[in-house]
Amino acid sequence: MDRRTTIKWMLAASASLPTLQGVAVHAAQSTGTAAVAKPYGTDPDLMKVYKAGDLWPLTLSSTQRATATALSDLIIPADATSPSASAVGVIDFIDEWISAPYEVHRNDRKTILTGFEWLDKESSSRFSKPFALLSTAQQRQICDDICYAPKAAAQFADAAKFFARYRDLTAGGFYTTPEGRKDLQYVGNVPLARFDGPPAEVLKKAGLL
Amino acid sequence: MSFITLDAATRKSYDVIVVGSGAAGGQTAYTLTMEGARVLMLEAGRHYDPLTETPMFQTNDQAPLRGVSTVDKPFGFYDATVDGGWEVPGEPYVQATTDPASRFTWWRARMLGGRTNHWGRISLRNGPYDFKGHSRDGLGFDWPFSYDEIAPYYDKVEMLVGIYGSKEGLENTPDSPDGCLLPAPKPLVSDLLTAKYGRTLGIPVVACHRAVLTEKLDSKRLPAKLHPGNANAQAILAADMQRRAACFFATECGRGCSTRSNYQSTTVHLPPALDTGKLDIVTDAMAREVTLDKNGRASGVRVIDRRTGKEIHVTARVVVLAASALETVRILLNSKSASFPQGLANSSGKLGKYIMDTVGASLVGQIPRLESLPPHNEDGVSGGHMYSPWWLYKEQLAGKLDFGRGYHIEFGGGRHMPSVFTTAGMEWLTGGSYGAKFKEDARRYYGSTMYFSGRGEMLPNEDSFCEIDPAVKDKWGIPVLRFHWKWSSHEINQAAHMHKTFAQLIESMGGRVRGSVQTDGRKAIAHGGEIIHEVGGAIMGESARNSVTNKWCQAWDVKNLFLTDGAPFPSNADKNPTLTIMANAWRVADHILDRMRRKEL
Repeated sequence: MDRRTTIKWMLAASASLPTLQGVAVHAAQSTGTAAVAKPYGTDPDLMKVYKAGDLWPLTLSSTQRATATALSDLIIPADATSPSASAVGVIDFIDEWISAPYEVHRNDRKTILTGFEWLDKESSSRFSKPFALLSTAQQRQICDDICYAPKAAAQFADAAKFFARYRDLTAGGFYTTPEGRKDLQYVGNVPLARFDGPPAEVLKKAGLL
Repeated sequence: MSFITLDAATRKSYDVIVVGSGAAGGQTAYTLTMEGARVLMLEAGRHYDPLTETPMFQTNDQAPLRGVSTVDKPFGFYDATVDGGWEVPGEPYVQATTDPASRFTWWRARMLGGRTNHWGRISLRNGPYDFKGHSRDGLGFDWPFSYDEIAPYYDKVEMLVGIYGSKEGLENTPDSPDGCLLPAPKPLVSDLLTAKYGRTLGIPVVACHRAVLTEKLDSKRLPAKLHPGNANAQAILAADMQRRAACFFATECGRGCSTRSNYQSTTVHLPPALDTGKLDIVTDAMAREVTLDKNGRASGVRVIDRRTGKEIHVTARVVVLAASALETVRILLNSKSASFPQGLANSSGKLGKYIMDTVGASLVGQIPRLESLPPHNEDGVSGGHMYSPWWLYKEQLAGKLDFGRGYHIEFGGGRHMPSVFTTAGMEWLTGGSYGAKFKEDARRYYGSTMYFSGRGEMLPNEDSFCEIDPAVKDKWGIPVLRFHWKWSSHEINQAAHMHKTFAQLIESMGGRVRGSVQTDGRKAIAHGGEIIHEVGGAIMGESARNSVTNKWCQAWDVKNLFLTDGAPFPSNADKNPTLTIMANAWRVADHILDRMRRKEL
């Protein structure tokens, strides 16, 4: 697919993600950038390898990182196939994302930091401990109430929106790593002398043979 | 001759100035220089070298924010476009109203090669109906020439650029003569499913045509076909074709291609043109206006050196504007003089009128037959291997549809390199899983969604036009464009038809539609400009009274001024404009050469 279609397709994949229109509007508003964090501009070096923190400072506190680690690993735990989210740098990615000097990311920062506060508050009221110190079973008890926004109870509506966004970012961070690509069994991005199309076993499974 | 400064350009003499370096400017300069004309090319953006600047195998984890789009890189970090997008800093444009439905968005790329560096590479020929639409159904405008007249130039561009496709014998979907096209890539499993179930709905699914080298170009056969009797041009082109590698079926075309395996002006048109020694290119040269001599002929172009802010005048016998349709219109509207107070070449009053984009609407579906497939490489040529040409010409002409013109369908799916959004919003399928179950769900659903996008013809209308804003100027002090936009019921109903058709396709495949199927096309249609197929604004025609140029895209008012981009297009077929821009630019450049040889220019 062409790049434009890719973007539109991806955007179509989640109503909570920015739209093209939104991006265009935000261009006009992006002047209020925090002093320390600068956008990478319209002509960044595309050949360089970037790490989280290279372009703008990471800003999560150690408490917030602990909450992020607990929640990301609840969403993407280690299993027989692949490691957990935090083991492959997803927390740094989340930190890079919510510290970025763009409107979409500033909105996510608000959603996510508010969500972390809510999680700790909810954990304290249910179990008298912050979220990061709960047992997995206790953490699941809270997350079961917020993991599916369309069916969440009214008092959990905002928390469910936060959870949906956080799950998208955690999974997005995870599946873009080498370990994540391997987990999904993505086998491309290698030069081929010829392109043979789908093998017979694929056609058979799809009902085409 | 090569890359020079504006100051150096003022000290040299040229036959032709070409403003713009994309599909139109690249093709124009190629044709002219291969036949010996001395050309000065002006590009507003920076120099760009795809051989050293293309991120070919970089993965998303190596990019800021895992490569997602930002306002700085609106199609993603690794998209080839630099210094471009929906907004260009310091170079605003204005909406005539605040009504969101009337908004027009304008993608610009300030870089050598312009938008050809990142485009989708879909290269479809207009058909015979597309040049004579008004004669056929009474809508819109005819072109002042026919398909037969431009067909030889489609052949040439296909052979030069390298375009894959097939011959299907379908209505108003021309087959290329033997020897023009490269073989189409093998279909993906999602293509084959679409073909199988499309057939049950009467929708044809055939090989797409895209500018990607599925094989190396035949450097022995093609140069002689393209430049008969011109040994020098043949030798230059043969050598250059040998330097272009065949596609290796990895990395996205939108990043550009350092092996020159797809078409970008910077990898296909400009290298051989530079090898002739007849082409000078000045980058960071922002054209402000076309100047006139005392006889009313174009004398040159006034240009701003973006690095120094200095204004400089360059001259030539002929001026060609190929700056992209709307930028070309802007330059003409800003070229005001006592004889042309409303802008140059605008005695008809039609300059800025009848601007068009392509109608776009999309739907996404999830196809259970594509779940949990055995891993296999689906990178392919990174764009559509297949597509559906418009199939309801007869029904439409018989008045059975509530919109005037057709659309084609671009679609795709597959196990592409995971992005931040690969699993986003997946709870519509999973009911909100997280933990070990989420990882299982991701493996199951990865590669099982497909998109269907309609690309439809917009009819020109009186309410869609651009003009110079009376107040706003860009950072160079050049007045900017203000846009008026309105979709008519033709486009709105067409968008609704797209949604209905895509839902039928998805459901016939046993899939589920994501989101809502819109029966009101206004809720499905993309904004004006969003498909980035804008053409029109300087309509060509049969008469100086109601058109800006003649059939040679030569301004009626100024004999040595030509427009070779999409600005003179009287209609915007569903076929995506780039191939037609290139074919027409070659045709016009041949005409310029002919007139220069006859000393008429």
